[in-house]
Amino acid sequence: MQENRSAVVLSGLLSGLLSVGLLAVALPAAAPAQPARLLNVSYDPTRELYQEVNAAFARDWKARTGQSVEIQQSHGGAGKQARSVIDGLEADVVTLALAYDIDAIAAAGLLAKEWQSRLPDNSCPYTSTIVFLVRKGNPKGIRDWDDLARPGISVITPNPKTSGGARWNVLAAWGYAVRKHGSEEKARELLRGIFRNVPILDTGARGSTITFVERGIGDVLLAWENEALLAVGELGPDKFDIVLPSVSILAEPPVAVVDRVVDRRKTRPVAEAYLRFLYGPEGQEIVARHHYRPRSAEVRERHAAAFPALELFTIDEQFGGWARAQARFFADGGEFDRATARR
Amino acid sequence: MGARRRRGPLPGFGLSLGFTLSYLGALVLLPFAALVLRAASLTPARFWELVSAPRAVAAFQLSFGAALAAAAVNLLFGLLVAWVLERYRFPGRRLVDGLVDLPFALPTAVAGIALTALYDERGWIGAALAPLGIQVAYTRLGVAVALVFIGLPFVVRTVQPVLRDLEPALEEAAASLGAARWQTVRRVVLPELLPAAGTGVVLALARGLGEYGSVIFIAGNLPGLTEIAPLLIMIRLEEYDIAGATAIAATFLAASLLLLFAVNLLSWRQGRKAAVG
Amino acid sequence: MSRELSPPAPPRWRNPRAEPAAVRWVLVALALAFLAFFLLLPLGVVFARGLEKGLAAYRAAVSEPYALAAVRLTLQVAALVVPANLLFGLAAAWAVTRFEFRGKNLLVTLIDAPFSVSPVIAGLLFVLLFGAQGLFGPWLMERGVRILFSLPGIALVTAFVTMPLVARQLIPLMQAQGSDEEQAALTLGATPWQMFLRVSLPKVRWGLLYGVVLCNARAMGEFGAVSVVSGHIRGKTNTLPLHVEILYNEYQFQAAFAVATLLALLGLTTLAAQALLDWQARRRGGAGPGRA
Repeated sequence: MQENRSAVVLSGLLSGLLSVGLLAVALPAAAPAQPARLLNVSYDPTRELYQEVNAAFARDWKARTGQSVEIQQSHGGAGKQARSVIDGLEADVVTLALAYDIDAIAAAGLLAKEWQSRLPDNSCPYTSTIVFLVRKGNPKGIRDWDDLARPGISVITPNPKTSGGARWNVLAAWGYAVRKHGSEEKARELLRGIFRNVPILDTGARGSTITFVERGIGDVLLAWENEALLAVGELGPDKFDIVLPSVSILAEPPVAVVDRVVDRRKTRPVAEAYLRFLYGPEGQEIVARHHYRPRSAEVRERHAAAFPALELFTIDEQFGGWARAQARFFADGGEFDRATARR
Repeated sequence: MGARRRRGPLPGFGLSLGFTLSYLGALVLLPFAALVLRAASLTPARFWELVSAPRAVAAFQLSFGAALAAAAVNLLFGLLVAWVLERYRFPGRRLVDGLVDLPFALPTAVAGIALTALYDERGWIGAALAPLGIQVAYTRLGVAVALVFIGLPFVVRTVQPVLRDLEPALEEAAASLGAARWQTVRRVVLPELLPAAGTGVVLALARGLGEYGSVIFIAGNLPGLTEIAPLLIMIRLEEYDIAGATAIAATFLAASLLLLFAVNLLSWRQGRKAAVG
Repeated sequence: MSRELSPPAPPRWRNPRAEPAAVRWVLVALALAFLAFFLLLPLGVVFARGLEKGLAAYRAAVSEPYALAAVRLTLQVAALVVPANLLFGLAAAWAVTRFEFRGKNLLVTLIDAPFSVSPVIAGLLFVLLFGAQGLFGPWLMERGVRILFSLPGIALVTAFVTMPLVARQLIPLMQAQGSDEEQAALTLGATPWQMFLRVSLPKVRWGLLYGVVLCNARAMGEFGAVSVVSGHIRGKTNTLPLHVEILYNEYQFQAAFAVATLLALLGLTTLAAQALLDWQARRRGGAGPGRA
């Protein structure tokens, strides 16, 4: 019994030691590192964009303040990324696919509810839209949204439940139908027709692009304009064509500083400068080079050829903002669920 | 433990059990408790609603269905492979024997991209199947294929030792009584192997049910069609729906643990039978 | 059933435990074809795609800084997890095989539990515990302790997923061996620690090593659970399997498969180590370590 008691104590000590070891690894380093460090948590298609932005901003910041800054990146489906930030991933800035995801972070108390009014243009330094990527020569003759619902067409889009881009896809199709055919019943029909033609739902925009481009599945990919241009540029202009529908949605991917994190890590100045940099001439130029539509009129003019004009509607005018669109379309039992209900 | 008497002549009962329990407590019981706590904060009605939603039911069906189908394939081929490896001599046998464990050792993400690369329309196998109108990648069949890979070693490894230790006299007696070879195998050998094979099947089933890494690459991930339960949990999390994720996870976990408990009961019975008989 | 009338037994010129040669060859061919389809081809395709752009591209992919950071993190995780699970495996096997106590069956089931928990659920469990909205998350974060989205979280979920591997190897082995030699050592005046280090440990060393090898392979290769708690910060919280996924998502297929070959090699090394241990154990007499 004596032996037993001391054994229990010893075993307690042992496991205590193990957990102390883990804690030691977990504890933050005492002194803050000299160079500033930012974590930018972003969505799928912005990998290449931010690689270049980060390098340019680091140069700019060093020149202006003498401090070097290292920016770390994390990419994934917008929902997954926002979820990680809510669960404690220490993002200084978030650059996500849609305002709804940043709203969710704000709802968790990590940044001010009115974050979207803190930066110009709804906190969206660049915009994009949804276009069609088709096989070279457009063999199936896909011209507009109605064609996507034709029998025998295979449509690739990510899952709107997890991908911000895919939500824009759904809303673009709906908005088109309401405008063109003038009734929600028609819009519902179009949505049902399109999703009847969808063989695979990847969780993120990147997964869908790979499915379409690399695996050769599907006749048309609903994609961000920038993602489509990138795919054509990277993987061969001889393989794909981009088709612009008659009407599409103005997609506004927002950016924000995460108050709770920058205040704790004392990185607010550099984090804010980083986002401001996106609005500046150099940032806007990089944005345009990566196929996002710049906000600056001057830069837009320089790249006019790359961004043909098409009729774009905004989420506010068509759906009354993200919160309402989210609840109506993507909540359980919403329009999207009805469109994909078991065939 | 409150041990009032010594459990045996050996030392270290308190130390080993104490450490085992603290480790298990911290690493397994505490997280389970968090899950139960979270799930219990839902009303039964809400819980039922989350779990019985058509999409969740479809995901459960696919996960259980594909795992069962894969386990069936693995039962058949596992018996065959174990038999061939134990009974026959052929060049490269040792190498093949070693390779059987590959699915244990290969990270699931690697298995996922490899299987996808093989079975999609441009893959080595997918391209050959396409003219026949058989599509594997991005269908339910693809899910089953991934689970066959993942569960392949279990039946082989549970059956092999039984086969090795089988008394030759049994078969010889059957043969000398005039039974044809296939009769001997069916009536004498197979019944001896079945309990072990059963254990293997349930292990493969348990592994297949929870598998994520290899499946998400090869499944189409279409809600209600090719979406497995673990992916649905992941998606619920990404929708900020922790309640939904928790409810589905708790249900799924309970089912898997029941399965595991069944295996342990089975092997315990088997052990007792062996001890008695 | 067995009372069927039968002709006199055929002349005993062939082994009654063997099948006709034709049947034998068909069975071998079937089994090998199945294994080739499900084992060799997937392995082959990884190497084929990894090397499709030549050795230089391969070398570039595996020596790029993010890949190296992933290797480092993966090694760190294994270095934390394997020793912890080794200790646990020893303690659990000792307690379960050397003593009788109430609730032992339950304990064995609990040890196995992580096997039947989906990796995704494993990740979720730790989010519920340490997430910013979890049980302990807020309290810890106020004190500047970060578990999720950094090394400790990754190590914790990995430890959970690989927990049973060493114990599973040891329990049947120690059960089969019995405790006579230990008791003899004690009778001869050995202290408990001497007995453990000189008698018990050497007796199970091959099984133990095999468990460690397997645990290590799984710790380095875990994907689903780690994916939930990693945060995917490049160069910081990306383990090798996550790095494969990221490259895959960046259209860098060749690079993805190149990095995947590292993990495949890890798997093959594991198999080789296992075969070696098996052979060693058999050579020294006694049965080889049971396999997973």
